Amino acid sequence: MIKTRISAIVILLLGIFVGYFVYTSEPTLENIKPIPAPAAFKNFPFKLGLDLSGGTHLIYKADLSAVKSSDVADSMASLRDIIERRVNLFGVSEPIVQTEEASLSASREQRLIVDLPGVTDIDRAVAMIGQTPLLEFKTEGENDYVATSLTGRYLERAILEFDQNTREPIVSLQFNSEGTDLFSKITKENVGKTVAIYLDGSPISTPVVREEISGGRAQISGSFTPVEAKTLVGRLNSGALPVPITLISTQTIGPSLGATTIDAGIKAALIGLLFVAIFLILWYRLPGLIAIIALSLYVSIMLALFKLIPVTLTAASIAGFIISIGLAVDANVLIFERLKEEMKLGKSINESMRNGFSRAWFSIRDSNTSSIITAIILFWFGTSLIKGFALVLGLGVLTSMLSAIIISRIFLYALNVKSESKFAKFLFSSGISK
Amino acid sequence: MFIIKHKKIFLAISAVLVLVSIILLSTLGLRLSIDFKGGALAEVSYPNGRPESAQISEALKLNNIGEVIVQVTGDKGYIIKTKDLTEAERIALFKALSLGGSYQVEEKSFNSIGPSIGTELRRKAIVSLSAVILAIILFIAYAFRKVSKPVSSWKYGIIAIVTLLHDVAIPIGLFTILSYYSHVEVDTLFVVAVLTILGLSVSDTIVVFDRVRENIKNRLSDDFKETVGRSLEQVYTRSINTSLTVILVLLSLFFFGPQSTKYFALMLSAGMFFGTYSSIFLASPLLVLVQEWQDRKSGKFIK
Repeated sequence: MIKTRISAIVILLLGIFVGYFVYTSEPTLENIKPIPAPAAFKNFPFKLGLDLSGGTHLIYKADLSAVKSSDVADSMASLRDIIERRVNLFGVSEPIVQTEEASLSASREQRLIVDLPGVTDIDRAVAMIGQTPLLEFKTEGENDYVATSLTGRYLERAILEFDQNTREPIVSLQFNSEGTDLFSKITKENVGKTVAIYLDGSPISTPVVREEISGGRAQISGSFTPVEAKTLVGRLNSGALPVPITLISTQTIGPSLGATTIDAGIKAALIGLLFVAIFLILWYRLPGLIAIIALSLYVSIMLALFKLIPVTLTAASIAGFIISIGLAVDANVLIFERLKEEMKLGKSINESMRNGFSRAWFSIRDSNTSSIITAIILFWFGTSLIKGFALVLGLGVLTSMLSAIIISRIFLYALNVKSESKFAKFLFSSGISK
Repeated sequence: MFIIKHKKIFLAISAVLVLVSIILLSTLGLRLSIDFKGGALAEVSYPNGRPESAQISEALKLNNIGEVIVQVTGDKGYIIKTKDLTEAERIALFKALSLGGSYQVEEKSFNSIGPSIGTELRRKAIVSLSAVILAIILFIAYAFRKVSKPVSSWKYGIIAIVTLLHDVAIPIGLFTILSYYSHVEVDTLFVVAVLTILGLSVSDTIVVFDRVRENIKNRLSDDFKETVGRSLEQVYTRSINTSLTVILVLLSLFFFGPQSTKYFALMLSAGMFFGTYSSIFLASPLLVLVQEWQDRKSGKFIK
């Protein structure tokens, strides 16, 4: 008995700690009522999706018709890299640039998805992202590098090789015939100096010329790691054989709309929680009160999980969370109804409680399985919007099962009601029965 | 026992509701959103008062972007729907909306979706819908593999599927009416709502069937009809209370929650309500009906 009571207190303290973590790690709450908290908590704010934070979501279609099918993945990776560099130059905080292969009814489409949180003036961003990559070769000038007439147009391709003796990675460049002449001239005039390679106006490599290179083939060697060399090859190739992109979808959400959505979401969650709590107390009395405590713990655990995993919150995932609050009660209701039935059979409160838990478990498991199946499939097939909802719903169902089975049980056992008085029975009864 | 006794009435109610929903769906049809068919949607607000919608339509005509729909939203805003727009067309659109600079326009949201994204989403929706239904059939077949008397396990499965279709059909029917009388459209969230209803509805039916299974095992009664009736009495409080709590939070989401999930919440509330209704008033009466048909075929006497 002592053990159960200690467990109950430990769980309660843990719950309070989780709630404390959720509250203090949220920068927007800091100004309302400052509570001291470890600085590390600041690393876990809620991650807001674009529809809440405001921002721009762009989808581009990449035209890979000039690229061999075996090179598609590499081309897309370097395209992603290029666009990410541009977006970073734009000064956006936490941009997301990702590639995606979409299967349409008959064909496949390579896409590039760019999320720009906080950017609502999209004109400039779109203009900047949509540019064809520009690869330039520059030579040393008085103060700065000076552009030459050699550009990515003259580069046939770059490949990653390994030195046969030292096993170190080398980046090989192959120019076309015009490029061969231009490069030969540049190297001849710049022996011992640096030839800088620029992509989109910033240097990506600054090798020193040892001698004139006239065969159209050049090698950049040095202390590359294989990954660095591979990145450089990708960047050079994207300038040599640019993958044109076309904007096929734009979504912009103004910051005011995002803020309204968050406020409404929080309000709906709190009011929903209040309704559920009133219902639980009125119908299930003492066990109902326990269920409310378990439900509060459930809410703080879920919010903490959102921060730790982290789950990107959108209007859809907030809806998923609010629904999961309602569903979380289900397991408790199943248990309490069993408890009531056992009491009707004339068993003591304690015994009824124990039977209630063990017999309700199968129903809880079975009734949640189908929701979990749905959540998994939604997650598997869904677009990012559906994924957020599915993740929250699935996580919610699993967490709520645990909260009912572990938390509610320990609290109810910890009460350890020995009394069989009318009042005790009243507290454990439910509905309109006396 | 009341429900089992009057099962034909309840079955008839369900049949009529489903039939009406199907007729509504096939005659009125659903409005597809730009998620599925492609197109653009802009929401703007005029903080210092808005012009007449006719003025906006007129200004947009000059831009040559095809058919334009202008809808009023809130006190100061409009929603403008067009075909999917290129970046240049988008800039031109917002320029036109200020009516040559005479109105101050705030761009609240803009969404343009190309046709290939719509095609992909349609495909994904169909694939996930089929996958959920298949997975649920398999799950029910598995869960009831040990029940065979007096109604064999696959029949439980079929009844659960019938119930499932019922629970999805009626909310879709309601949505059709909503879509007909207002500007509500079928978007990604609509598909999510349908899939979620599938998951929740079947879980409710399973709890009822679970109790029947348990009571058959415990030999509660020799009469199948009575077993089902008493199982219902044991579980209906739970069914109603659970869906009540979910409907409570859904309604709070509908009334107080974000605009973007309003109709999603309403659709789910309807699904939750009919999901619970059907596990009590449809699935169980059907179970008894199936058993009676079986008996009649094998020449047994029915009380």
